[in-house]
Amino acid sequence: MAVIELSVNGKKISKEVSDNTLLSDFLRDKLSLTGTHVGCDTSQCGACVVHMDGNSIKSCTTLVADCNGSEITTIEGIAKNGKMHSMQEAFKKHHGLQCGFCTPGMVMSAIDLLQKNKNPSEQEIRDWLEGNICRCTGYQGIVAAVKDAASKM
Amino acid sequence: MKNFNFKSASNTKEASKLASGRATFLAGGMSILPAMKLRLAAYTHLINIKKIKSLSGIKVSSKSIRIGAATTHAAVAASKEVGKSIPSLAILADGIGDPQVRNRGTIGGSIANNDPAADYPSACLALKATIHTNKRKIAADKFFKGMFETDLKKGELIESVEFEVPEKSAYAKFPNPASRYALVGVFVAKQKDGVRVAVTGAASSVFRSKELESVLLNNFSPSAVDKATVSDKGLNSDIHASAEYRAHIIKSMARKAVSSC
Amino acid sequence: MANLIGAKLERKEDKKFLTGKGRYTADINLPNQTYAYFVRSPHARAKITKVDHSKAMKAPGVIDIFTGDCVVKDKIGGLICGWKIVSQDGKDMKCPPHPVLAKDSVNFVGDHIAVVIAETLEQAKNAAELVNVNYKLQKAVIKTSEATGSENIHEGIDNNLSFDFLLGDKGKTDEAFSKADKIVKIDLVNNRLIPNAMEPRAAIGDYNTSSDELTLYTASQNPHLDRLIMSAFNAVHPEHKFRIVSPDVGGGFGSKINVYAEDVVVAYASKKIGRPVKWVAERSESFMSDNHGRDHITHAELALSNDGKITGLKVDTIANLGAYSLVLAAVTPTYLYAPLVLGIYDIPVACCTVKGVYTNTAPTDAYRGAGRPEATYVIERIVTKAAKEIGMDQAEFRKKNFIKKFPHQQCLVHNIDSGDYNAHLDKAIELADYKNFENRRSQSAKKGKLRGIGFSSYFEACGVAPSAVVMSIGSGVGLWESAEIRFNATGNISVFTGAHAHGQGHDTTFAQIVSDKLGVAIENIDIVHGDTDKGPFGMGTYGSRSLAVGGTAIVKACDKIIAKGKKVAAKMLEGKPEDIDFKAGEFILKNSNKKKTIGEIAFACYLPGSFGDIKSPLPEGVEPGLVETSFFDPSNFSFPSGTHICEVEVDEETGETKLVKYTVVDDFGTIINPLIVEGQVYGGIAQGVGQALYENANYDESGQLTSASYMDYTMPRADNFPQIKLDYTCTPATSNPLGVKGCGEAGTIAAPAAVMNAVIDAVGTDVSMPATAEKVWKALKKNGSKKAAA
Repeated sequence: MAVIELSVNGKKISKEVSDNTLLSDFLRDKLSLTGTHVGCDTSQCGACVVHMDGNSIKSCTTLVADCNGSEITTIEGIAKNGKMHSMQEAFKKHHGLQCGFCTPGMVMSAIDLLQKNKNPSEQEIRDWLEGNICRCTGYQGIVAAVKDAASKM
Repeated sequence: MKNFNFKSASNTKEASKLASGRATFLAGGMSILPAMKLRLAAYTHLINIKKIKSLSGIKVSSKSIRIGAATTHAAVAASKEVGKSIPSLAILADGIGDPQVRNRGTIGGSIANNDPAADYPSACLALKATIHTNKRKIAADKFFKGMFETDLKKGELIESVEFEVPEKSAYAKFPNPASRYALVGVFVAKQKDGVRVAVTGAASSVFRSKELESVLLNNFSPSAVDKATVSDKGLNSDIHASAEYRAHIIKSMARKAVSSC
Repeated sequence: MANLIGAKLERKEDKKFLTGKGRYTADINLPNQTYAYFVRSPHARAKITKVDHSKAMKAPGVIDIFTGDCVVKDKIGGLICGWKIVSQDGKDMKCPPHPVLAKDSVNFVGDHIAVVIAETLEQAKNAAELVNVNYKLQKAVIKTSEATGSENIHEGIDNNLSFDFLLGDKGKTDEAFSKADKIVKIDLVNNRLIPNAMEPRAAIGDYNTSSDELTLYTASQNPHLDRLIMSAFNAVHPEHKFRIVSPDVGGGFGSKINVYAEDVVVAYASKKIGRPVKWVAERSESFMSDNHGRDHITHAELALSNDGKITGLKVDTIANLGAYSLVLAAVTPTYLYAPLVLGIYDIPVACCTVKGVYTNTAPTDAYRGAGRPEATYVIERIVTKAAKEIGMDQAEFRKKNFIKKFPHQQCLVHNIDSGDYNAHLDKAIELADYKNFENRRSQSAKKGKLRGIGFSSYFEACGVAPSAVVMSIGSGVGLWESAEIRFNATGNISVFTGAHAHGQGHDTTFAQIVSDKLGVAIENIDIVHGDTDKGPFGMGTYGSRSLAVGGTAIVKACDKIIAKGKKVAAKMLEGKPEDIDFKAGEFILKNSNKKKTIGEIAFACYLPGSFGDIKSPLPEGVEPGLVETSFFDPSNFSFPSGTHICEVEVDEETGETKLVKYTVVDDFGTIINPLIVEGQVYGGIAQGVGQALYENANYDESGQLTSASYMDYTMPRADNFPQIKLDYTCTPATSNPLGVKGCGEAGTIAAPAAVMNAVIDAVGTDVSMPATAEKVWKALKKNGSKKAAA
């Protein structure tokens, strides 16, 4: 057990957690931020993707203890003043989601792509999303959404 | 995941000291944590080495590139110096796992784990890497011992990996469609004094293909690969590929790598 | 407001999902909650000689442990097969007992033996490791092809044969074959798949010790059916005291139709310990214990006349049911499969036999398409082969044999009400630029790639419903659907549907229908589903039925609302009900400017009663309130159809196949929301492509599932696909007033055949699914490719 201090969606948090607590469980169980999902146990589905100090990571494969002093951003933290992030808007416009389970990770991953590559090609988008599995959409709406968001961000 | 003690070390000495009992070093955690979650591995102590400043960063000289053990794959992929000096290494790093794995996973963690299908070990063998630990220097040829097995001793910590700059080199990977690890990965490097061909994914551990090295030494061209006989003896057969197919793909990837050199 | 039918509206439900506000079962935490972890069999087949949990009971945090003995003692019933099939000898299919916790034997890796309930999940898992089960190992029966020749797995089920089903006229078919000019034969394997909805299954049992009410939160596609089964058959709790809530559900694809052992056990355990019990599957548990899909071996023959007309079809299939028979396990490879093997061709005579066999593998059941992808794979593969063998263009061959007049009574079961198959084939050919394919083939060859083209012209029977039909062929229930329109006094509407959305977008499409019918703004319409305490009994969502059946129930309920509204409006406007017109949300008295909005009428319906000068706005005999319910049971299935054209490039050296072009033209009848329909098609195709190129559930000889994680089971990813081109044709369905046909499964039904026909066209020889690089490479090598041999 140790007291971990970190910032989540801009809010300073200080909580005592056991050393084996995963960031995904911490967000879901201790902070009730259940938008971060867990869809596998081998770190491949990407439903748990959040940002840590600006980079996308898999929260199911990160210890909270390892996040001391970090800034974490989750799907709940990207809309501003009730207005959705342009990536969220684009997913809505292009039907980039169906059941919604992979969506938070998908959106967080896509935002990171545009941070690193402002104008990705379709192939670059598809390659980047390698770590995010969607079973519903066939990815077509997702790719269209990321392209559209790139033109607006 | 069973509980353990998590400690961050501030220098390599402390890290080494903390590594007693059933302890292991934690860098990116991209392999260890999933294994622990599935209860395939258990430790009493995880020693975080990412806070050790000397373990991060990339140093480039005309002869070699030295990469700190805790440097992430993303950092290597994005490094202009690496891209200029050994572009194949940057390309390899850019193809490990997925973006989120590359943002966390580190070179030290990758080679210490020595997954039979990991990418970096092939670069180490082909680029005549020296593995610098807190105790000694180990030549890559002596470092990789077998499946998930290395020459590292208890408490020995990789500090950096130093790659020789070759005349030319390339990495070609045929990914396992499910895991996206290498079903077969072939790293080809041409040095002043020879040619090295390292193969990952195909056997229980990374290895050098003497057959391919000898034909490429005579004639460093894709067509030379045709002359080599790559035996399927000792290669893996599993649900993803037979040994026979892996042997075939080794040649195919070797051709591809040589032609993109 | 009107004309929302056909509008490309963004989904109402998206915002919650996009902002992380979706509420899936695993997101729910109840006060005083405990955690369940299941002890599962590591063996494919064994007798259980002893279950000793004494050590585990003493482990920290353990509250209780339940085993097979406990459920027997408490008279908890086993899991059921909901649709019984009769064999050709007139005998009922054989179903083995399927206890929720195994007591005497285990029959697949992952079979549930005991459950540990503890204060934390970690403690439950730790204690589960201490439960000691003694097994007497037995030889496992794994392969579909070997099941009937192996030792009996279940007592009294000889040759592991559950049923031997026959559809069609064998005598007449044999006669047609004896007269045939040419017979084309094919042997096919339809590979076993694992559904892999991205949300792992989860369940929370919550027993209220004070009110004796039991609530089960579970990721289900059909909560009402779950409750019925769990009350009537599993005897968990009486139906009137039992509530099932399926909140947001992260994909189903058939894998969330069944009542699973975990559902029954957490509900039961919660009653036993008097506290909530939560279970969330880990992905590896989902791989092992969700129902799998497909797994057929088939031999088919097609009889032809010299001019290329199909004169008969014979199909013999062995379908692997796995270890037990689940709810729709038997109907999926029989009635959802056999009638469909005819495809959209005018075939005068046919017969199809299906042997359902038990093996020591995870039970199979409906997986997106359920029976129809398997059937389409048979007919579209053999039709393509036939065209090739007689040297006719495959499009021409299809057109020559298409059904052209409707309604068309097929020789097996279905009476197809409407369609125009030439129309979608022609459109697809145009869109896919079929005429220039050979140019593209040469271009690919220059890059060292083998290019192939594949067609799949499919139809499906969906809107699984008509009670008169389904009950005559073994269904335990009629599969109608319900809807209730509840106007609130302030003019907004709650619509209760028995269908369940887990990605399909009902919140939007159903609201579009209601808005269109009643002239109420879509934002004032709320679609409510997934809670047995809220709406009337309903059958749930599967078989592309929600819109055709559930949507129609909504239309019918709307009609009742309008009918009542007219009576009320007539009194308020001082006219006769028959003189009231309803249009765009207004009741208008004919030949006058007098009118009332539907909101005013709704308000009036809630203010009845007369007192002094106040007069009730309701006519005499009309009850207050504005709530109407409808149960719709259609006269027939609906029959969407379409043509897919796929092009692949195969790397001759490695055998790797890349999807390079994909075109689809579907006839779904009326389309309510094109945006949502497109999404269903793209997603369906991705799953079909997954089956053809990537996915395979693999058991080794001892029955270990060797593809039990995303490390080993290939899920299609974004980089596996090109942009898909999509268009429609439209012949409205006649079996429902909306004219809709259903679209949820179409992509998955047609795609495997289209992709495999393309692969085989490229390679020049047969390849089985999934067409992995190695399989294709081996086929190329066998076919004499020098590059593959190099």
